[in-house]
Amino acid sequence: MFEPATAPETVSPLFGRLSLSSIPYHEPILVATFAGVALGGLLVLGLLTKFRLWGPLWRDWFTSIDHKKIGIMYMVLGLVMLLRGFADALMMRAQQAVAFGDNPGFLPPHHYDQVFTAHGVIMIFFVAMPFITGLMNYVVPLQIGARDVAFPFLNNFSFWMTTAGSVLVMLSLFIGEFARTGWLAYPPLSDIVHSPDTGVDYYIWALQIAGIGTTLSGINLLVTIIKMRAPGMHLMRMPVFTWTSLCSNVLIVASFPVLTAALAMLTLDRYLGTHFFTNDFGGNPMMYINLIWIWGHPEVYILILPLFGVYSEVVATYSGKRLFGYSSMVYATVCITILSYLVWLHHFFTMGSGASVNSFFGITTMIISIPTGAKIFNWLFTMYRGRIRLEVPMLWTLGFMVTFTVGGMTGVLLAVPPADFVLHNSLFLIAHFHNVIIGGVVFGVFAAMTYWFPKAFGFRLDEFWGRMAFWLWLAGYWFAFTPLYVLGLMGVTRRMNHFDDLSLQPYFIVAAFGALLIAAGIGSFLMCLFVSFRKREQLRDVTGDPWHGRTLEWSTSSPPPEYNFAFTPVVHDTDAWWDMKQLGFQRPQSGFLPIHMPKNTAAGILLAGISLVFGFAMIWHIWWLVVVTFAAAVISAIVHTFNYNRDYNIPADVVARTEAARTQQLVSTHV
Amino acid sequence: MPQLLRRTWLLPLVLALAGCSRAVVLHPTGDVAQQQGHLIVVATLLMLIVIIPVIALTLLFAWRYRASNAGATYKPDWDHSTQLELVIWAIPLLIIIALGAVTWISTHTLDPYRPLDRIAEGQPVPADAKPLEVDVVSLDWKWLFIYPEQGIATVNELAAPVGRPIRFKLTSSSVMNAFYVPELAGMIYTMPGMQTTLNAVANTPVEARGMSSNYSGAGFSDMHFAYHAVDAAAFDAWVASVRGAGQALDRSGYLALAKPSEKEPVRHYASVDAGLYDAILNRCVDPQQTCINQMSMPQMTREH
Repeated sequence: MFEPATAPETVSPLFGRLSLSSIPYHEPILVATFAGVALGGLLVLGLLTKFRLWGPLWRDWFTSIDHKKIGIMYMVLGLVMLLRGFADALMMRAQQAVAFGDNPGFLPPHHYDQVFTAHGVIMIFFVAMPFITGLMNYVVPLQIGARDVAFPFLNNFSFWMTTAGSVLVMLSLFIGEFARTGWLAYPPLSDIVHSPDTGVDYYIWALQIAGIGTTLSGINLLVTIIKMRAPGMHLMRMPVFTWTSLCSNVLIVASFPVLTAALAMLTLDRYLGTHFFTNDFGGNPMMYINLIWIWGHPEVYILILPLFGVYSEVVATYSGKRLFGYSSMVYATVCITILSYLVWLHHFFTMGSGASVNSFFGITTMIISIPTGAKIFNWLFTMYRGRIRLEVPMLWTLGFMVTFTVGGMTGVLLAVPPADFVLHNSLFLIAHFHNVIIGGVVFGVFAAMTYWFPKAFGFRLDEFWGRMAFWLWLAGYWFAFTPLYVLGLMGVTRRMNHFDDLSLQPYFIVAAFGALLIAAGIGSFLMCLFVSFRKREQLRDVTGDPWHGRTLEWSTSSPPPEYNFAFTPVVHDTDAWWDMKQLGFQRPQSGFLPIHMPKNTAAGILLAGISLVFGFAMIWHIWWLVVVTFAAAVISAIVHTFNYNRDYNIPADVVARTEAARTQQLVSTHV
Repeated sequence: MPQLLRRTWLLPLVLALAGCSRAVVLHPTGDVAQQQGHLIVVATLLMLIVIIPVIALTLLFAWRYRASNAGATYKPDWDHSTQLELVIWAIPLLIIIALGAVTWISTHTLDPYRPLDRIAEGQPVPADAKPLEVDVVSLDWKWLFIYPEQGIATVNELAAPVGRPIRFKLTSSSVMNAFYVPELAGMIYTMPGMQTTLNAVANTPVEARGMSSNYSGAGFSDMHFAYHAVDAAAFDAWVASVRGAGQALDRSGYLALAKPSEKEPVRHYASVDAGLYDAILNRCVDPQQTCINQMSMPQMTREH
């Protein structure tokens, strides 16, 4: 059984499975999309050439190992992929709004099933993950008073591996097809017998390549937080965002290898005819389902924890008040981190586990709501007797507190196994996880982007368009998902391509309207970026501390110099910068020393590029290319280890000049 | 614009209320599903004890302590209160203790594997009652129901006699599906080479639908079946009519049926090959295949 049971098409020695018929030119939606992407891409390339931006882009960004630039690139990746993932969402909502009775809608199952799979994969792996990694990358070193992350080259490499994974997913649109299995690719549906096409292979290799990036960036940030904190910042003085990032990265390091292993076994099943998860020869798909959720449940906490940190920073800053219950916040975060490993089975109560097993996992799941509830109360009592400035990040936070609470409640409800028996796989479940992911992760990302934008670029985001984005997203969320909660209670299940019951249609139309509101919300945010860039002189912040911040990142200029801090700050309080301001901190004006910094390198983008081609060759069974790229990757990695030209010193007089310019700037604003 | 949007909040609410009256999950006819629906209501009410105050306080505090309200107390350094912390941790804890107890008990009483002990509230299962057995097989993309006691089988049609416990044994032919009749009981997965069990009872006559609730490929959206809960006499008549259909389901007929197909009409089989369900479960309907319950490791490797 070395050869899979169904050899799908002829394999040419030169091109593998790839042939002209792999290009979906008979699908008008895809052709139009391709035309749009190609035109947009050409426009961008043309503009880059016209403004001679290739050199700066390569030197200052693509090869940069500066955590701030890598952080920004992650955010750009997340935004671009959000547009793709959301386009999928709009197509699904449109299909379900029209496909009733005799009308089959505009997406046949072959296409529709790819759309919902891609939507889930993209939103989790290539939108939410880049967003949180980008935020942690940008903010954590600044918050702990460090000059960069622990392994700056690895950071650049991680980013490009994540990008390579997303490029592979995008390629599947125009060459071949994506998986038609749902976002977790359960076998036996994803095995070679039931999914002989390239879809599942795109899925596997995109996630494996991006997964290397995620795991390495998890290790990197973990080491950074453990080893590189400023003197005086012991663990219980770390800002809450850094704490939640620490826990999130612990989860990444501990859980992503499980995903890698599960996908590796699925790969062996598909490529070499092993039987880990097949129906025959002793294989058992339940093993895959356990493994994927042992990764999958921690994953949702990987996503939400850093945003809990964001909300903590935002609430304290805009309430002008110390965070209420700092230590209980930290303990709650740690509790959630540990408990997130003890709940995975709640994703399949309906697969016939015994009552005691189901009860155990149901109750552990409910227990997570205790520390989460404590967090909500802590934010609430941070607001209590504060002076709340209802700036845009605070609006997102309030929207989160109201929305997420409801999502938390429906989550605990789903943790009751007999209730889950009737709600699992229903649209109620879909509404629940969008409730916590949009209400928790997405709102938090927008709060964070608005909050730290002036730090990264030196000017604030336009307030009108920021508010528009918030209200449209908030209303859009409720319009899009309240009907789904109701439909779930009416026994309507997920991933349906069309419906017979015409009376359900109004609910889906309302949901589609909600999706349009969210589209307008995304549009408003893009508009906000554009308008703010146009009005950047008006919105300029030269203080480096536009919101009266409390943590160290606000003590530097905006944007911070490449070395972040001329002198490593000494920390005496959890709210280090607030404490320094209270004590009348004066910036040092002299005595600067040369600063040792890491040097840019193209090795990361090169290795990721090779990995991308390797993944593509694996997907299409182009074996010679697999061998060539694999050898190239190993050799490039080894060659890179002989590169001793990795660091440089910023001379003391350059530091002195930069700092003097900053002093000048500060003085001019105070006059 | 924001004012306008805030007003339109009401629309989803109206739809939600309209939906509740038709929510089969909350008002099903079968006793098991009814208990599950009831549990949803109880758990939700229990949680609303803390959810409503939290939402109300969020909005209240945001308004009360807004920066423009200079009259409100401002205590920038107040960040700890042991009493308050205790309350903060205790309230969710108490609710979860209550809900945890409800969970432990209900998960055991509503365990799909556990034979029923009641037909309805206050109506225990008679001591001599033997459950009706139905063997369920999910195929690409239709449902096969085998009634061993009656010796009949159907495709995409499930009839249930009111008031008699039913014991479903379920498996799948190729990929995973989930068997779900919202009127009857919660869902349970069907998995190839494995068997799950579901105990349920129909309480009032109803014409409804069951479906696969777990995505299983291209024909999944049409993978639903008719569900009739009927009284005992009507059930017997239905069995007789199936028997009258004449057709028999043998192994080769099953192998033909198992080929992927969509939107299959209802089919009736007057008789079923003995041992067909066990052969499906053990993946050896085709006589060339070794049944997995008869496989030993050396045999597997030899076959390989």
